[in-house]
Amino acid sequence: MTAYLKLDHIDKHFDRGGVRAEVLKGINLSISKGEFVSIIGHSGCGKSTLLNLIAGLTPVSVGAVLLENREVNEPGPERAVVFQNHSLLPWLSVYENVNLAVSKVFGNTKSKAERHDWVMQNLDLVQMAHAKDKRPSEISGGMKQRVGIARALSMEPKILLLDEPFGALDALTRAHLQDAVMEIHARLGNTMVMITHDVDEAVLLSDRIVMMTNGPAARIGEVLDVPIARPRNRIELASDRTYLRCREAVLKFLYERHRFVEAAE
Amino acid sequence: MPATARKQTIATAPASPSNGHVVALQVRPPARYDLGKIAASVSRNVVPPLVVLAILLAIWQVLCSSPTASLPSPLQVWQESYDLIAYPFFNYGSQDIGLGWRVIVSLQRVAYGFGLAAIAGVVIGAIIGQSAWAMRGLDPIFQVLRTVPPLAWLPLSLAAFQDSNPSAIFVIFITSIWPVIINTAVGVRNIPQDYRNVAQVLRLNQLEFFWKIMLPSAAPYIFTGLRIGVGLSWLAIVAAEMLTGGVGIGFFIWDAWNSSRLPDIIVALAYIGVVGFALDKLVAATGRLITRGASAN
Repeated sequence: MTAYLKLDHIDKHFDRGGVRAEVLKGINLSISKGEFVSIIGHSGCGKSTLLNLIAGLTPVSVGAVLLENREVNEPGPERAVVFQNHSLLPWLSVYENVNLAVSKVFGNTKSKAERHDWVMQNLDLVQMAHAKDKRPSEISGGMKQRVGIARALSMEPKILLLDEPFGALDALTRAHLQDAVMEIHARLGNTMVMITHDVDEAVLLSDRIVMMTNGPAARIGEVLDVPIARPRNRIELASDRTYLRCREAVLKFLYERHRFVEAAE
Repeated sequence: MPATARKQTIATAPASPSNGHVVALQVRPPARYDLGKIAASVSRNVVPPLVVLAILLAIWQVLCSSPTASLPSPLQVWQESYDLIAYPFFNYGSQDIGLGWRVIVSLQRVAYGFGLAAIAGVVIGAIIGQSAWAMRGLDPIFQVLRTVPPLAWLPLSLAAFQDSNPSAIFVIFITSIWPVIINTAVGVRNIPQDYRNVAQVLRLNQLEFFWKIMLPSAAPYIFTGLRIGVGLSWLAIVAAEMLTGGVGIGFFIWDAWNSSRLPDIIVALAYIGVVGFALDKLVAATGRLITRGASAN
């Protein structure tokens, strides 16, 4: 298994006023091409920080992030991010939001007509082409997140980073979007890294689940393989033995061995 | 909020004709009710100011109607300055022109001075807002400078420009630029980190970031600054023109005072007030038009 994305002995600490806050310690992880990896942990364990490190939005303190054996230390469209709160620009329409990314990334390589087709193709992929002229304030939270995914996909990223993408959505909308992400993953074969705190979501979507210990100085506690064949169906999986075993393993990790200590916060 | 309100009226509109097919009479009452509502809202908003204005004019009339009164009464103003009130755009020669022309001359100066202040203010504010250090260093200086009264700049600018017209424009510029700078800087500092992250992932360069993220995101703040700025510049121009001369509305007041035409001064004050009010509303409306949707998330 060759590593496509490699996190090599990463530490992350924040220094503020002479006080050093250790957030992540000794993170080693290799992700191969086309893999779907979830990172799960209690809130405050630094999983969002880890995603920001991969995205390049936060610099690493020690170690390196390697993509195809090249170090990356600044943000770029080849590591597109689907942000937790969609982060669509409210003054642009749905179409313009995606087009901003497309014209920036493909401004020199695609003609205007090709760029238009590419925007529409990505909006179609998340079934949002019908709302292309709407402003973000005029569509629902789930639709906004779909557009956020379309914007990220339109950059043709090597790695798609999803930062708790469905955290702010209701259960039904979340299920729809999870199906949409699975379908996109099946169709495009993207490498995806998703932050989540939802055990079912992690097991349903992932090839591997990375479980983080509690901070400060959080580590990777355990990595769980999810050997369930794709395409996966949430209803069939509800009684699937492998699914239940994986689910139990994650729950045990989170609630028995690394119980979230509220008093420590 | 306005967007949802609009949506609701659109949504209900097609529903009422379909009701109308069943009972024809039902279509009309809502329409009449709407008209009534508009009339009611107009009377609610227009009648009180008119009544208060009438009362104030009446009090003024009573107070100034004695022969020994030092100020003219409203009736006297109407009689003696009727040509100024009724014909804003007459033109009988270099200094004998309608107040409308004078206001336009003053507005031109404001347009130059305030236009420059708006552009420079937004650019400087954007630079300052991007840097915490510049903000900390320059903010106290700006807070001091912005309290300097407009006319205090006039002698300096007369000395620097050696001419009255550019001096007047400079006074407007220097008066109105501070609120634009300060508000733009605050708006830029308040750009949500999310938008900055988007810009970073897309690798927008400085110029693209300025046009595509910074300006739209800070627009509500910028327009607050512009609105304060345009009010200040209108204050400044009248005062500056009283000293520099020329054809503006400010000089007209000074001229009228020197020739003891008090009713003319009162008419000019009304012009200045109405134009200032209109400028304020104009900038506010432009701001609403441009920032529509930018604040709603």
